[in-house]
Amino acid sequence: MKAENVSPEDLQWVCRKCNRPLEAGTVSVEYMGNQFTTELPTCPGCGFVLISESLALGKMAEVEQILEDK
Amino acid sequence: MDQQQLRALEQRCIQEEAPECTAACPIHVDARAFVGHVARGEWSEAWKVLHKTMPFPGILGRICDAPCRQRCKRIEAGDPIQIGELERACVATPPPRFHVQPLSSKAKTIAVVGSGLSGLTAAWDLARKGYSIRIFEPGTKLGGPLRSIRDRRLPEAALEEELERLSTLDVTVHLSVDVEPADFLEQCISENNAVFLSLENASGRNWDIARDDAGWIIVDPMLHSTRRAGVYGGGRPSMAGLSPVWQAAEGRWAATSIDRFLQKVSLTAGREKDGPYKTRLYTSLEGVAALPRVAAADPESGYSIDEAISEASRCLQCECLECVKVCAYLERFGAYPRKYAREIYNNESIVMGMRQANKLVNSCSLCGLCERVCPEDFAVQDLCLQARRSMVRRGKVPPSAHEFALQDMRFSLSERFRLVRHAPGRTQSAHAFFPGCQLCASSPGQVKRLYRHLMEGLSGGTGLMLGCCGAPAFWAGQEDEFHRVAEEIRQDWEALGRPRLIAACSTCFRMFAEHLPEVPTISLWQLLEENGLPPSFASASHRPLAVHDPCTTRPYPAVQDAVRRLLQRQGIPVEELSLSRDKTECCGFGGLMQNANPDLSREVAARRARTSPLDFLTYCAMCRDSLASVGKRALHLLDLLFPAPDGVEPATRPRPGWSERQENRARLKDSLAMELWGERQPAMQAYERIRLIIAPEVARLIDRRRILDEDIRRVIFAAEESGKVAVHPRTGRIKACHRPYRATIWVEYSPTPEGYVVHTAYSHRMEVMGGPRR
Repeated sequence: MKAENVSPEDLQWVCRKCNRPLEAGTVSVEYMGNQFTTELPTCPGCGFVLISESLALGKMAEVEQILEDK
Repeated sequence: MDQQQLRALEQRCIQEEAPECTAACPIHVDARAFVGHVARGEWSEAWKVLHKTMPFPGILGRICDAPCRQRCKRIEAGDPIQIGELERACVATPPPRFHVQPLSSKAKTIAVVGSGLSGLTAAWDLARKGYSIRIFEPGTKLGGPLRSIRDRRLPEAALEEELERLSTLDVTVHLSVDVEPADFLEQCISENNAVFLSLENASGRNWDIARDDAGWIIVDPMLHSTRRAGVYGGGRPSMAGLSPVWQAAEGRWAATSIDRFLQKVSLTAGREKDGPYKTRLYTSLEGVAALPRVAAADPESGYSIDEAISEASRCLQCECLECVKVCAYLERFGAYPRKYAREIYNNESIVMGMRQANKLVNSCSLCGLCERVCPEDFAVQDLCLQARRSMVRRGKVPPSAHEFALQDMRFSLSERFRLVRHAPGRTQSAHAFFPGCQLCASSPGQVKRLYRHLMEGLSGGTGLMLGCCGAPAFWAGQEDEFHRVAEEIRQDWEALGRPRLIAACSTCFRMFAEHLPEVPTISLWQLLEENGLPPSFASASHRPLAVHDPCTTRPYPAVQDAVRRLLQRQGIPVEELSLSRDKTECCGFGGLMQNANPDLSREVAARRARTSPLDFLTYCAMCRDSLASVGKRALHLLDLLFPAPDGVEPATRPRPGWSERQENRARLKDSLAMELWGERQPAMQAYERIRLIIAPEVARLIDRRRILDEDIRRVIFAAEESGKVAVHPRTGRIKACHRPYRATIWVEYSPTPEGYVVHTAYSHRMEVMGGPRR
């Protein structure tokens, strides 16, 4: 999962706590004992990470499936 | 599963066994493939099939006596396929180019005495193996005995053309040789490494070789060895008769023996299938209309191209696939149990790389229909369940396969639903009603009416046990969890003073019968039938219904009978589906197929629904809901016995969504506890008070994604508490997430004075490290 995981639409969202727009940031994700890093929309203040619907149901679901069968 | 178990399993599936025609053919021509090509007009492919097995297809294809015909399955529905005639038609078409590449020279010579079909075949086979062949023919032309066949089926030109092919190999032909003197044989033996005697027309009266009482040279019927070392024979009229294919076969078997003799390896090992053998392949002729053979307009010249194609089209293309025919799951994965066993074995033994068969293992409904229809009782469900258990033990279960169902089961076992009570005012229970989780999820009102009815109708007290039988854990291969559930049920049963359990759900009934044998259990339907409950109302003219037996009743004909008697008592005409009772089909829910493979589950339900235009009558809540979810009009037996007072048409009642199913269970417990036992339920949790506003299309989407309203409430509650959310400045919508179990649920919502409008919800299993978690 690379930078294409961050869409312009995602960056319109604002972190309510910090009142800052989300930015592409490097985030570590984990599944089935596999850890890796990827770019995701993140709050530069508190680290809140947004997963969009299209990412969750598309790329992320695909990678989950691959890791489940690994 | 170890290698040995795998092989035993593979053996059991007969799909790859030879068809009767191939098994009957002395040289095992793949007649099924050949006829298939002919039927499709693929002449050059048909040629290739013959060429693969037949020596000299241009000869044998014209004169083969086709003993295969006698065992052709078509005999049971018309005349046997005229395979010999089809071969003749095939070899009359222009042959494709064949390139024969012999093995490298073995620097050994073999004498072939005589050139009947057995001798020519032995020469052909051995020359291709790299031996030098010397043919000694007493006549003036090669293939002497064949030329005397007074049959215009084998024209001289065709014979010459085929024999010409020997010249591409290391074969020397000596014609007009006097082979009869005693010296001749001795010379052959001393100058060659082995000798083959083509006995179609050479008597060898003077040879020094053992003979039987009738004067025939003694030839071993299997190895085709004579009594002299290194000398083999075939084509003897007393053995091969006048059968050309048998003559060719004897040459082939002798060639195999000679090769092994010269290589100094076992002559006998692995030759059980030399010659005709019995095959285990089963082919059903159900629904096959009888068809007579196609007659050639000119019998002398044989089939025309078109006649051959129509004759070949009668071929049944014998195969078993009994299980695949009745199972959408087995069909979906494109093969049959023999292949699946191998795939599942590989899936288990893989160390690095992808486990390709996870979906195969987890999609089976475990219904056992395959075993019932298999001539060899192959049980795919056992194979899949074992594989799931093994995955669980090795920690390799894909969480997406079963987790939602297991969460749902845990809900049913939690205080939110579980309830164990004697009947109000009673301290003893002769019976305890166990309605099961899915009936309560689907028709809580029916459960209430039924329980009141049982309390009134049965003596000795009828307690109540709300909970789950543990089937989801059993199906998921989670043995430890299943045993814990079973043990809890046993303890609850003990606590009620060991009553007889009344199971409304056939899955619960089966789980108890198989795993809690000490707990006496009766199916609700048998109990109602035996006790004449409820009083019959004999509806005046009910439309006939098609009975769909739940797959878990497969081994329990008594339960199936009771249901039919109840229907009869109510005066409801019944139609039996073609697959019913011990051959009933799963609705698509069983074995957690619905969880692991929702698309397939829908297909299974839709396929079942199409088997009759009548409304279905079933006696499992999950079957009813699965069928209803694909638009089938389906009734639960309780809809007839205890009709809902609201008069809603029960056959079109939609399947309640996952959220509704849990809420129905929780509400049922709360209201029963309140109404019957006066127990006040604990106050609502704060998050439960969150009001959701969900449009119907969003509700359907969320249900398909298996996200519960309860999960959504938790997300919103946590988000509003913590403020950890993203806001869209233009729309004011909020996105927030929460991870209640091994999945993160996201909700996009808008707070309004009336409640929270949910725009969408979705989930992922991957965990964002350091991201928002609770």
